[in-house]
Amino acid sequence: MTGVDYSTAPQLAILLSGILLYAVAAVFAAMFHRHKSALAAVYPICIIAAAVTAGASLAALLADTHSGFRLPLGLPIIGLHVKLDALSAFFSLIVNLGVLTTAIYGMGLDRDRDLSGRVEPFFPAYALAMNLVLIAGDAFGFLFSWELMSLTSWVLVVSHHRDAGNRHAGHVYLVMAAIGTASLLFAFGGLAGASGNYAFDAIRAVPPGPLVSGLVLAGAIFGAGSKAGIAPLHAWLPLAHPAAPSHVSALMSGVMTKVAIYGLIRIVFDLLGTPVWWWALPFLLLGAATAVLGLLYAVLDHDLKRVLAYSTVENIGIIFVGLGLALAFRASGLTAAAAVAMAATLLHCLNHSWFKSLLFLGAGAVLHATGRRDFDGLGGLIHRMPVTAAFWLVGAMSISALPPFNGFVSEWLLFQAVLAGPQFPEPILRFMSPAVGAMLALAAALAAACFVRAFGIVYLGRPRSNEAAGAHETARPQQVAMALLAGLCLLGGLFGGVMVSAIQPLLQTLAGAPLPAVGTGPTPLSLVAFDAARSIYDAPTIAIFLLISGTLTVMLVHRISSRRTRLGPAWDCGFPDPSPLTQYSASSFSQPLRRVYGSTVFGASETVDMPQPGDNRAARFTVRLHDYAWELLYAAPARAVLRMSERLNALQFLTIRTYLMLMFSALIVLLLIAAVWF
Amino acid sequence: MRETLILLFGQTIQMFLVLLIAPGIAGITRRVKARFMRRQGAPIIQPYRDLIKLVRKESVVAQNASWLFRSAPYAILAFTWVAAALVPTFASGLMFNWAADALALVALLGAARALLALAGMDVGTSFGGIGSSREMMIATLAEPAMLLVLLTMALTAGTTRLPEVAEFLISAPITVRVSLALALVALIIVALAENARIPVDNPATHLELTMVHEAMVLEYSGRHLAMIEMAAQLKLVLYISLIVCLFLPFGMAPANAGPAAWPVGMAVYLVKLVLGAALLGAWEVSIAKMRVFRVGEFLGGAFVFAFLAILLAFVTREVLN
Repeated sequence: MTGVDYSTAPQLAILLSGILLYAVAAVFAAMFHRHKSALAAVYPICIIAAAVTAGASLAALLADTHSGFRLPLGLPIIGLHVKLDALSAFFSLIVNLGVLTTAIYGMGLDRDRDLSGRVEPFFPAYALAMNLVLIAGDAFGFLFSWELMSLTSWVLVVSHHRDAGNRHAGHVYLVMAAIGTASLLFAFGGLAGASGNYAFDAIRAVPPGPLVSGLVLAGAIFGAGSKAGIAPLHAWLPLAHPAAPSHVSALMSGVMTKVAIYGLIRIVFDLLGTPVWWWALPFLLLGAATAVLGLLYAVLDHDLKRVLAYSTVENIGIIFVGLGLALAFRASGLTAAAAVAMAATLLHCLNHSWFKSLLFLGAGAVLHATGRRDFDGLGGLIHRMPVTAAFWLVGAMSISALPPFNGFVSEWLLFQAVLAGPQFPEPILRFMSPAVGAMLALAAALAAACFVRAFGIVYLGRPRSNEAAGAHETARPQQVAMALLAGLCLLGGLFGGVMVSAIQPLLQTLAGAPLPAVGTGPTPLSLVAFDAARSIYDAPTIAIFLLISGTLTVMLVHRISSRRTRLGPAWDCGFPDPSPLTQYSASSFSQPLRRVYGSTVFGASETVDMPQPGDNRAARFTVRLHDYAWELLYAAPARAVLRMSERLNALQFLTIRTYLMLMFSALIVLLLIAAVWF
Repeated sequence: MRETLILLFGQTIQMFLVLLIAPGIAGITRRVKARFMRRQGAPIIQPYRDLIKLVRKESVVAQNASWLFRSAPYAILAFTWVAAALVPTFASGLMFNWAADALALVALLGAARALLALAGMDVGTSFGGIGSSREMMIATLAEPAMLLVLLTMALTAGTTRLPEVAEFLISAPITVRVSLALALVALIIVALAENARIPVDNPATHLELTMVHEAMVLEYSGRHLAMIEMAAQLKLVLYISLIVCLFLPFGMAPANAGPAAWPVGMAVYLVKLVLGAALLGAWEVSIAKMRVFRVGEFLGGAFVFAFLAILLAFVTREVLN
């Protein structure tokens, strides 16, 4: 595909200049990484670059730009393709809004305490790599940038390398990233076929046959799915994401998982040709299982940042379910339903990037203020960090899909798509959609429990450690970053109808049709899924209702009430205890949930060691949980690899004679194979 | 324009109607329970008196309570009130019935519950934590069951808008549908759990080991407690209205009938509410409270019923349409 005369739209030109600015920032920071005053310029440059790139991608999304060109770099003959379409633009918007807010947060970081000398050169490089993945127009560029993204984020994960836990996390992450990229390489190999043309346009022109497309699908789900954190491949994610500095965790969890989803959408919805209904099955099965499993992990965990990482796993599950539904509907020719499912998926990608970044930034503020992220050392921070607490509450309500915030919009759309399930011609899909709906409903309820627990333990109650008691409010830039994200969560929740109409051209491309009834609701801001008689969600009206009823409540109560308030000690049924240890802890909060769900999912077992009367030994209570995903899919293969390498170790200590013998026999075997084959 | 105003008027009537009758419905339930126990019982208007008494008293707030503790009662009442105002009660097709469909209704109640659970954890007492933790455990089973019930109804009627579901069921030929029966059982179990009624929770006890709802609100007093109680009573009315709207919508004034049909609709609605409250009282005296850790199985049963209901609805949908 040489010599295609692509045009370069102005949006692409501006986007590229923003990306170039990231590169400049990275090189600049790498050159001056010993100069603290020079490093202070890195985050401002990133903010400018992110603002420029985000603006350009929003413009490209609205204008449904198709633009690109070819550079004489990369693979010989094929060259390096750069392209920008609505799909890339949408995800570029996600990435750069994430970079924008986390860079603002980064400006408030304490340089000595947060080790940003190790972080600052790689932060823009990481942003650059994620942007490059999105504008790559061929498999080589895609995989190269993908690997760059993995490596730069790996450096950020191990930036606090003195902690053994972080080194372990970095190791697992690196291995998983390598396996994932290898799997994607395999998928692209299948896509390019015998002709070996890796440009996306060439791949699109010649879709692979049914067997190859199945293999490509498996490779893409494994490669991109492991990056996104789909169960049971997720085990690296709750190790790696929390290990990075918090603003990088926000990028990894909020944004990089979306880049992985972009890769999956690009391959499955764009390059792989006409979908077949059974492609949806792995998405639906994995997604539904991941959604519930991720939250069960989250609700039993004790580390603030790890809880957030597990919740990312859950949200990726929801996104997978949306992708599966969209695929199934499109393969069945139900384009309107496919558009609803795809709109839910895309909006959830955007929404999750906002509230997960917000929650991670808040967790970073807590970590900075107290030095702790374990639930047993936190508590009562709403008094000491009121601003962070308020924004975190917004994030927690958004992620729990509570109105009027944005998480509910995508959740609502997804349930509307599930409700179109009876139209499936395939009986398997018709049976699966209510099951998927039940899992989604379970996940939604568990999310609320998980985030009530997280917010309640961290911010409410009494401080459980001296560090928490002496916490201070976070710096101003960090408050600004959180305020921006919280504002986006609220706006996204109120104006879901507007956001849906902005992605209509993209839905046309991906689902085969735009949403059928956008703008036909009772008010211009209503969100309508299929048609107004069937389903409406009107967030602005509900918000106005909430305002009215709230105001009326305040007026009524204050009109007739005494308004007298007396401060006194806590009542606690007459037996308040001054020790904060008598509060409900994170593990006591999750005990009922562990009893209900834990025994089946994690093989949870409790042992009580109660000394006999007269024995002065302390009583002990232990809970054992099994992480089957880790034990079966990570620990077991790792042991096998280790055993095998120990076996092969013997090969290092042979005599020259034996080596020559081995080489000679290998040659004979290869020649024999060649003789038989050809 | 005139029609819009009329519909707005109807919506306003409903908003205040649910607020006014909510304590009375709670009073009826208590009265019925008392009579079954061969007690005289408090008069039906006792909950109104209690509310007024609470509002007039001063509020005692724990020293280490945060802004969340003080503002949560207003928000909880607002969320529950909006939800109760948007469920079709005496007439369908009021001004803003369309604004929140079945899914949004669940989410509004979910928001109120999350805020209540947070308020329970705010002071940092063991009782508050126990209540919040159990409430959220119950919610993880009750909320999906309720969502599935509502999705089943939405599938049957072809819409998630509650007024349309009600109208569909009024106009549809009366047939026994297994999926609807299962959905009804599931929704009743959910309603019992969500309203902290026996056998899941006992609204009349302050026995430490068994409290759920009462443990969460233990630190509240005065006007704050009044708002929490009001929200709980509104929630009871909401659930009875929802069951009535989904399973016994007969007598509801249809959307195009205009205000002339409202008085009849309102009378029928009130009769149904009173019957529902009396049935609840009768149910509560006839059964014992179960241990907290049996609740999981009880609500798991509701979840399974709801799942079977939606599965049947999915499979038989083709035949119906």
